[in-house]
Amino acid sequence: MTFPASPSPPGRLLKAPENFISRDGVRTVFSQAKAGRRDFMRSAFAAAVAGTASTAALSQANPVPAEGGDPHILNLPAHTTGLGQGVATDGYGAPSKFEKNVQRRQSPGLTQTTQSSVSFAPLQSLFGIVTPNGLHFERHHQGWWDIDPSKHRLMINGSDEQMVKRPMVFTMDELMRMPSVSRFHFIECGANTGMEWGNVAVPTCQYSHGMLSCSEFTGVPLKLLLDMAGVDLKRGRFVLAEGADGSSMTRTIPMEMVESGEVLVAYGQNGEMLRPENGYPLRLVVPGVQGVSWVKYLRRIEVGDMPWATKDEAIHYIDLMPDGRHRQYSSIQECKSVITTPSGGQVLLDKGFYQVTGLAWSGRGKVKRVDVSADGGRSWKPAQLQGPVMDKCLTRFSLPWVWDGKPALLQSRAVDDTGYVQPTYRQLRAVRGTRSIYHNHSIQTWLVQDSGEVKNVQLS
Amino acid sequence: MSSCRRASIAAATLVLGLLASAAASAQATAYPGLGRAATPKEVQAWDIDVRPDFKGLPKGSGSVARGQEVWEAKCASCHGIFGESNEVFSPLVGGTTKDDVKTGRVARLTDPAFPGRTTLMKVPTLSTLWDYIYRAMPWNAPKSLQPDEVYAVTAFMLNLGGVVPDDYTLSDRNMVQTQALLPNRNGMRTDHGLWPGRSIGNGGKPDVKATACMKDCATEPTVASFLPDFARNAHGNLAEQNRLVGAQHGADTTRPPGAAPAAAAAAAPPMADSKASAATAAQALARKHNCLTCHGMDSKVVGPGLKEVATKYAGRSDAVAYLAQKIQAGGSGVWGPIPMPVQTLSADDAKAIAQWLADGMKR
Repeated sequence: MTFPASPSPPGRLLKAPENFISRDGVRTVFSQAKAGRRDFMRSAFAAAVAGTASTAALSQANPVPAEGGDPHILNLPAHTTGLGQGVATDGYGAPSKFEKNVQRRQSPGLTQTTQSSVSFAPLQSLFGIVTPNGLHFERHHQGWWDIDPSKHRLMINGSDEQMVKRPMVFTMDELMRMPSVSRFHFIECGANTGMEWGNVAVPTCQYSHGMLSCSEFTGVPLKLLLDMAGVDLKRGRFVLAEGADGSSMTRTIPMEMVESGEVLVAYGQNGEMLRPENGYPLRLVVPGVQGVSWVKYLRRIEVGDMPWATKDEAIHYIDLMPDGRHRQYSSIQECKSVITTPSGGQVLLDKGFYQVTGLAWSGRGKVKRVDVSADGGRSWKPAQLQGPVMDKCLTRFSLPWVWDGKPALLQSRAVDDTGYVQPTYRQLRAVRGTRSIYHNHSIQTWLVQDSGEVKNVQLS
Repeated sequence: MSSCRRASIAAATLVLGLLASAAASAQATAYPGLGRAATPKEVQAWDIDVRPDFKGLPKGSGSVARGQEVWEAKCASCHGIFGESNEVFSPLVGGTTKDDVKTGRVARLTDPAFPGRTTLMKVPTLSTLWDYIYRAMPWNAPKSLQPDEVYAVTAFMLNLGGVVPDDYTLSDRNMVQTQALLPNRNGMRTDHGLWPGRSIGNGGKPDVKATACMKDCATEPTVASFLPDFARNAHGNLAEQNRLVGAQHGADTTRPPGAAPAAAAAAAPPMADSKASAATAAQALARKHNCLTCHGMDSKVVGPGLKEVATKYAGRSDAVAYLAQKIQAGGSGVWGPIPMPVQTLSADDAKAIAQWLADGMKR
C-alpha cells in the first residue's frame, strides 16, 4: 500500500455490482478487464442481471458493451424525455428514494425499550461536517415529545434566596427576541464507542462512533439571561439545567463555561428549529461537553454553590476505574477521530485510488492535526484538514490512498491545539482499564482484507 | 424652615428612591420588555431538586412496609419484585454486602469478573435516589408519587439491599444518618481532568499522554479482537445500511464472507409504507402506547410476546372484546405473577390492537 505524494492519476474504480455476482467473479472480471478481455465481463453481468428484477443493478456496472456504448447513455431515460414534477409537491422536501439506506439506527440488543434508548447517526454515509437534522443521533431518557412552543417556558432561579436577585420566566417569543448567535459545534454522547472498551462489539462506524453529530446551533448565550436575573457569581459557581420531559433530566455545569459566553440556550439547528427528537423548542448547548449535559426541552436553570449529584452524575455517566472507584463529573469529550470511509462493513470494489476520509474533534478546542496510518500505526502521514477548522466542532480530514489489494490496517490519530494526542487502546486501558463504559476516545482500527471487505478490529 | 427642610428631605428621599429602583431594574432593563419575575408559586412548582446536602428535600416519611406496597403496585412491573430485574432496566439492588455498608466502598467493583453493576453498588448519595424517584418515576407516570411514597420506596430499596432493617422508617429527619450507611458512599473520585472548570478535579490535566510518532513507531499490529463470523449479520444486512453508490458499498452480511451473495440487495427501507394497512396501523398504535416496552413482538420481555398472546386466543370467538378489555384494564395471573398495570389508551385504540392480535397479527 502506498500514499501518493500528490493526488495520483485517478485510480480505476469499477463500480461492480458486488451483490449480484460472486466475489470470485468480481476478481476474474477485474483481472480479465485489465487484460483487455470484455467478453467474460459481459456474460458475468448478464448472468447476474438475469437473476434479479432490479434495474438498479445494471446502473452499478460500467462495462463498455459490444453495442458500442452504455445503454444508460444510448437509450435516453424517461427523466430526459418526459416532463418532471412541479414545485412544492412536498412543502418540506425529503431525500431521494434511493437514499433510504441512509438512516439512523438502533444497535440490536443494546436497550430493552425505545424510550430510554439511542439511535446512531450513519457516519459512513455523510459528507463534510454537518449532520442533516433528520439523521442527528438520538438519546432519550424517557421518550421524546413534540412540545407546543407557545406554552413552553424557561425559568431561572437560585438554590437560595440570595443566589439570584430576581428569579425570572421567559417565553419562547421573548427568548427569540434576545440577541442571538449561531455557532457550529459537535455533540457526542459520553458513552459513544462505549461498547468497545473491552473488545470489538459492533461492525460499523455507525454503531461504534455514531452517537456523534454536528450542527450550526442558534440561540442566546445563557450569560445574558443570568445577567438579567442578577446572579451572585462569587457563590454561584455551579449551574443546574433541567428538562421539561418526564425524566426532567438534570445536569450540573460549571459557571466558568457560562461566563465564557459559549453556553447557549438554543432553539435553532442548521437553519431551522430544533427537531423534537433533539429537544424542540429549547435545549442547552455546552460545547465540548458530553451530550447528556445538553439538556433537551430545557425548562429551568438553577444557580447554586455545589454540584447536584443527579442521577446522571451519580449512577450513570460515571467512569469505573481499575481501583473500583468511579470518576464523577467527568464531562469533557477529549480529542478523538475516526475514518468514516472506508470503514467497517464496507467493501472496496477494486484496487486503486481511494480517498481516506473521516472526522476529528476535540472538546478542548480546535483540531490541529490528523495523521493517518495504513499499517496499523507503524508509519503515519499527515492528512489534509478541510476548513474552516472551528472550536469544539467536527473537522473533516482526508488523504489520498492507493490500495494495492493487500490487507491494510487503517487508523487515524488526531491532535488538538492543546497538544493532546489521541491515544491507542493500549495507552488508554493502561490508565482506565476496560470497564469505564464512558469516554472511550481511542484510535480506531479498520482492517481492509484482501477481499476488499473492511472489518472493525482492535490491535494489541 | 422646618417645613422647607421636610420638603427637601422628602424630595431627596424621592430622588434616592428613584435611583434605587432604577438600580434594581438596571440588570433587567438591558433588554427592556423581555422576561418577567417568576412568582414564588411558579418557582415552587418546578424547583423540586434535592441536593447532596438535602437542600430542597420536602418533609415526610415512609416505612419499608409501605414502600413494599408502592413497589409492588408501581415499580415491580419494570424493576422486578426484588429490584433484580434485568429485563427492562439494569438491576437496582444486589452486589452489596454488610462490609460495604461499614466501609462505604463496594468491594465487588474491584472484581472484573462480577457481572453487571446495580444502582446500589454505584450510588454514593442518598439525595440522588430520592430526587430521581420523585422527579422521574414511575416511568410512565413521572411525578405522580407523593413525598411520603418516595421516602417509603427509597426505604424499601435500601432494605432489599440489606442497608436498613425491616422495621425502618426513612424521613427527612434521618436522611443524614441513612446517607452514612450507603454501601458506595466513598466510591467516587474527582481527581481527573474531565471537568470543564476549576471547581472540581485537577484543573483539566489529561490522564493519558500519547506522542505523535510518525515513522518506525513501536506497535504490535496483531489483530487482537474482531467480530466472529457468527455475529456477522447481528446488526442486520450491512449492504442495506450503506448508500447504493459510492467509493465503497456495504458488505452483504446475510452471506458468509466469500460466499456467493444473494440475488437482490437493493434499498430496503426499514420504515413502513406510507399507505399503512390496518395491521401496520395497529402495530404503530402498539408502539405509540408503549406496549412493546413490556411485550416483545415474538417473545416475552416482562409480559408475554404479542405473538404468544395472538396464538393463545386465536380460536376464541370473543377474542377481540376480551383482549380489548385486558389491554385497557391490565391484570395478572394469566401469564405470570408480574401484573400489567391499567393503561390509559382509548377504547378505539385498544380495540384496534385487539383486532390485530385476534387476526393473528397478519400484515
